[in-house]
Amino acid sequence: MHTFIIRRILALLPTLIFTSIIVFASIRLIPGDVIDLMLAQNDISTGNDRAVIEAALGLDKPIYMQYFLWVGDILQGDLGRSLWQNTPVTEQLALTLPITFELGALALIVALSVAIPIGIYSAMKQDTMGDYIARSFSLLMLAIPSFWLGTLVMVFPSVWWRWAPPLQYTPFLEDPLANLAHMFVPAVLLGLSLSAVTMRMTRTMMLEVLRQDYIRTARAKGLQENIVVLRHALRNCMIPVVTLIGLQAPLLIGGAVILEQIFVVPGMGSLLLEAVFQRDYPVVTGVFLVVGVAILLINLVVDLTYGFLDPKVRH
Amino acid sequence: MSLLSINNLSVSFQTDRGVVQAVDQVSFDVDAGETLAIVGESGSGKSVTALSILQLLGDAGTISDGQIVFDGQNLLDLPEKDIRNIRGDRIAMIFQEPMSSLNPVLTIGKQVAEPIWLHRKKTWNEALDQAEELIKKVSIPDARQRLDAYPHQFSGGMRQRVMIAMALACEPKLIIADEPTTALDVTVQAQILSLLKNLTTELNSALILITHDLGVVARYADRVAVMYGGRIVESATAAELYKHPKHPYTEGLMASIPTLDGEPGSRLQTIEGQPPDLLHMPAGCAFHPRCPYAAEICKHAKPSLKEVEANHFRACVGYESIS
Ligand SMILES: Nc1ncnc2c1ncn2[C@@H]1O[C@H](COP(=O)(O)OP(=O)(O)O)[C@@H](O)[C@H]1O
Ligand SMILES: [Mg+2]
Repeated sequence: MHTFIIRRILALLPTLIFTSIIVFASIRLIPGDVIDLMLAQNDISTGNDRAVIEAALGLDKPIYMQYFLWVGDILQGDLGRSLWQNTPVTEQLALTLPITFELGALALIVALSVAIPIGIYSAMKQDTMGDYIARSFSLLMLAIPSFWLGTLVMVFPSVWWRWAPPLQYTPFLEDPLANLAHMFVPAVLLGLSLSAVTMRMTRTMMLEVLRQDYIRTARAKGLQENIVVLRHALRNCMIPVVTLIGLQAPLLIGGAVILEQIFVVPGMGSLLLEAVFQRDYPVVTGVFLVVGVAILLINLVVDLTYGFLDPKVRH
Repeated sequence: MSLLSINNLSVSFQTDRGVVQAVDQVSFDVDAGETLAIVGESGSGKSVTALSILQLLGDAGTISDGQIVFDGQNLLDLPEKDIRNIRGDRIAMIFQEPMSSLNPVLTIGKQVAEPIWLHRKKTWNEALDQAEELIKKVSIPDARQRLDAYPHQFSGGMRQRVMIAMALACEPKLIIADEPTTALDVTVQAQILSLLKNLTTELNSALILITHDLGVVARYADRVAVMYGGRIVESATAAELYKHPKHPYTEGLMASIPTLDGEPGSRLQTIEGQPPDLLHMPAGCAFHPRCPYAAEICKHAKPSLKEVEANHFRACVGYESIS
């Protein structure tokens, strides 16, 4: 198992390098010259000419040198400074990342605790009323964008019942209940939108697994159907479902960016949107990098879960 | 009284293309401690018959008629809960596909111990200790370590030994083995069958041994029932059936067994034609399109099992009309 983990982590290195190249290049592919924008937006006096800024930002060096310098800085934990606030990007990330992480984790918990039980139920009651309702619900969740649902939740309860979801952010450590009360609505909305595909996948896989010979063996032992499902089918069914959850990681993060905006959650999504509007490139790069690494880490966790679920992977 | 007595069992399947009568008015008895072989080509209804006994047919299959009397109780009258209590405890089953019949994510120990945990209400540790004994019994070396192994670490033959250990766990009165060696190498087939036979004899359990190989029958079975197209066409003691097969289909099967005293270079006979399509069953005797003795009457009259000699049953109208 240990060598398995080490192998998986080593396998991440090339992907990590590739991700950094993409992040580095993408910012330089954005149309418009970075310095023109900065000159215009930052309203820097014309006395400052391009060459000075280029030199200050290191943009006068050859592109590969720029990349290595950038990577070198990252390795030393330096992601640059915000062009507007002049605070280190790492500091801004340290403030916002945990908030987004919390929202994502809560959403994932909601998604799994909705998707898996309903998916199993749907499979066990295939083609009954309950199955149809569950499947229609998941189709609905798939079709409705969560930002739209988010807007509805903001607007209608306040019109009808003069109730609006709390929009005041409180750090978790300060007041966990107030924090959760604020996070609850966006986490549920994000979780529900993620649950749709997972639920359908759980149902499909469960139906597939329940047809397997080893399930017949389990029934031939005299086990009750719920033990057959929970002990013999669930783990086999979760192997592909977990993969799917990993593939949904970008969706989770993308959804978080939008819902943070609607529900005034001061997370990385809010930071990113602000930075994009202000062309605060070091911040944008920093967020991209963190998102990229987060997606890789999520997939690492998926791989490790795989090893836990499937003995063939472990050995 | 027989341990198991099946009377007029009929099983049908709803399929997209129509209703398939997979088992049609099948009757047979199994006495305590006895080995009954059920022989027939693939698709003749052997597995469906076996699965009906424990009601493991799944949603598509329906037992439309008949009785399955085990230890004096008609299993078809019992509620699901009582059937579950019998499964794996008093009647156990071994399946054809060792590669897919064990759960890939659970340890061997847990899978073998499970019936003991379930029916004997033992703790997992006690059940695992017993599982170790069972694994020793089926001649798997290093039993203690093997408890923690997973099925993919075992060969097909070893997995079938595990299946046997699992089936024997609660010392069942009846073991149903559905082609337990068909998927295995020829070299291990005999080992597995001998093991199964010895262990059932030791426990004095009855065994229903399903096979499509008449060669197997002679060595291991006391009695034989031959199935064709969902019906039993002949049944007798193994010795009697070997010496004096009385149904044209059984004769054909016999002629297709390789023998040591066969003439060198002589070709084995096979039965001409295809097994019947259950959706378009021939009228009359299902075997008549392939039968060398088929007479006019065979196309219309559906033969039923008749005792032609003491304890020797046959379903054939053609023979009756000739002799
Ligand atoms: N799940 C099923 N759905 C539809 N038809 C089935 C099913 N299982 C078995 N049958 C039908 O029953 C017939 C007998 O099958 P089976 O008992 O498995 O034969 P065998 O003698 O090879 O064990 C098959 O030819 C098939 O047409
Ligand atoms: Mg079969």
